[in-house]
Amino acid sequence: MQSQTETKAGKVLSKNEKWELIKKRIKKNKLIYLMILPGLLYFFVYKYIPMYGLIISFQDYKPYQGIMGSQWVGLEHFKRLFADPDFWMIFKNTLVLFGLQLIIFFPVPIILSLMLNEVRSMPLKRSVQTLIYIPHFMSWVIIVSITYVLLTMDGGIVNGLLQQAGFQEVNFLLNPDWFRPMYILQVIWREAGWGTIIFLAAIAAVDAQLYEAAKIDGAGRFRQMWHITLPAIKGVIVILLILKIGDVLELGFEHVYLLLNSSNREVAEIFDTYVYTAGLKQGQFSYSTAVGFFKGLVGLVLVVIANWLAKKAGEEGVY
Amino acid sequence: MIEDKTAGGRLFTVVNITLLLLFALLCILPFMHVIAGSFTTSAELAEKAFVIFPTEWSIDAYKYIFSTDTIFRALLVSIFVTAGGTLWSMLLSVLTGYGMSRKDLPGRRVIMFFIVFTLLFNGGMIPTFLVVQQTGLLNSLLALVIPVSINAFNMIILKTFFQNLPASLEESARIDGCNDFGILFRIVIPCSMPAIATISLFYAVTYWNTYMHAILYLEDASKWPVQVLLRQIVVLASGMNYDGSTYMDVPPPEQSVKMAVIVVATIPVLLVYPFLQKHFAKGALLGSVKG
Repeated sequence: MQSQTETKAGKVLSKNEKWELIKKRIKKNKLIYLMILPGLLYFFVYKYIPMYGLIISFQDYKPYQGIMGSQWVGLEHFKRLFADPDFWMIFKNTLVLFGLQLIIFFPVPIILSLMLNEVRSMPLKRSVQTLIYIPHFMSWVIIVSITYVLLTMDGGIVNGLLQQAGFQEVNFLLNPDWFRPMYILQVIWREAGWGTIIFLAAIAAVDAQLYEAAKIDGAGRFRQMWHITLPAIKGVIVILLILKIGDVLELGFEHVYLLLNSSNREVAEIFDTYVYTAGLKQGQFSYSTAVGFFKGLVGLVLVVIANWLAKKAGEEGVY
Repeated sequence: MIEDKTAGGRLFTVVNITLLLLFALLCILPFMHVIAGSFTTSAELAEKAFVIFPTEWSIDAYKYIFSTDTIFRALLVSIFVTAGGTLWSMLLSVLTGYGMSRKDLPGRRVIMFFIVFTLLFNGGMIPTFLVVQQTGLLNSLLALVIPVSINAFNMIILKTFFQNLPASLEESARIDGCNDFGILFRIVIPCSMPAIATISLFYAVTYWNTYMHAILYLEDASKWPVQVLLRQIVVLASGMNYDGSTYMDVPPPEQSVKMAVIVVATIPVLLVYPFLQKHFAKGALLGSVKG
């Protein structure tokens, strides 16, 4: 940026000359602006206009009146939201699922990549990787559907095996107690393998000499992992942790919606599914927009805080 | 690295590999069971006596699901959306990504912030729905594509890749009289095929798996992509008679039929996967370069 203000001779340019220079560069790049125009138009229409649309959460929005004609109600919807017992249910469910993601799911790819890193046979390592990446490419519909045909009491193999082993059949799909384990196991099934890629890349960048030195000092494999591999991927872990915390409220509408049914609602309803039901099914546009707005704001604040904390801790932030 | 030849080291290796293989097996066993189950009779499935190898093979489930055009139509929709959507998204992402890769572009940082901010905050489901409605896409297949034209992450991966191409390539083309479009299409794109292949695959998988936008924006059941039909058949167990014409007298689909529909929705991804795995992994890393 500094170079803009100085010519090659080092003479400082006047404001006018600087402006002329920028104009020249803009002109030179007119085709580039043309190129990015469709993309920017997309972001404007489908990302920024909806942000403007958030103002309906302060209105009593009626589709036929539009944003311009609808009545303003101030913070009415937010007051209703915080007074609604459903809100605290959703809030708790969201926090619990997030906690499960953080405590149970998050370490799995790290552990898997440490384990994969210890495999010396390349063909074996590659085969394992090939298999554990597969579920990532399956839609949630497929993951949930497979779970369904495996777990159903109506001829599913799991209940069949339980019966043969002399146990009672379990109604995994409807019993609220099974929702959370099922949710987190599906997340692990679909994403844990894929999640190793980024850690494996970070591990691959570790200087092999460090391991040699540690070995000479008599460090076993666990101690090498602890003192060399883990510190080496600490930065990546922190970045992914920030991203995860920023995503605290993005638990996956599709996934949860597909698992949701009338008997597990008390543990499975989260912000997104609630917005969908209240907004699109019941037509409470303004109220559900307020719910979504609250969720989005909390998410934004959390990313900013997490990023700031990471920078404070001496790590590179996300942005 | 020196191989660890102590007894403890060997035990570690054995336990480590066993656990990894177990995890890998658990990842794919459900798929294998469903594929096997789709190729057997319901009677055999009712016995629940096999996991991967049934004693009796049968393609009745497939005959059944392909006996009407319901699933063909859904597959056709999915193929159409996947092909068209991928092309459209790639066109926009490459154009935007290339533009943003030009370091001498005035306003580049502001524009980049404009794009990245959408990753941190968005209007959410209802306001987006209203925009989709107002732009006339409701109940049109375009609603599965246009509102998700560019995935900002994918665009940034492309931008990073373009940035790392040697600048001399572009300069020589410029001397030969190419304009910016010429440089992009004759030089930059041919030199970026690995990145372009990877991102195309990401888009294609996303479009093939599309579900949420279909239930949000499509009312007409004849426009359902295969994922929505799958959900309808497997979980809602309402049969395939949404249009009132087919399978009217048939009870909820049997286990083997559900499995066959799962296989039909899964197979396209599963078939291309082995050939493309390398690209996928590379793409994930390209994306991580910039955090």
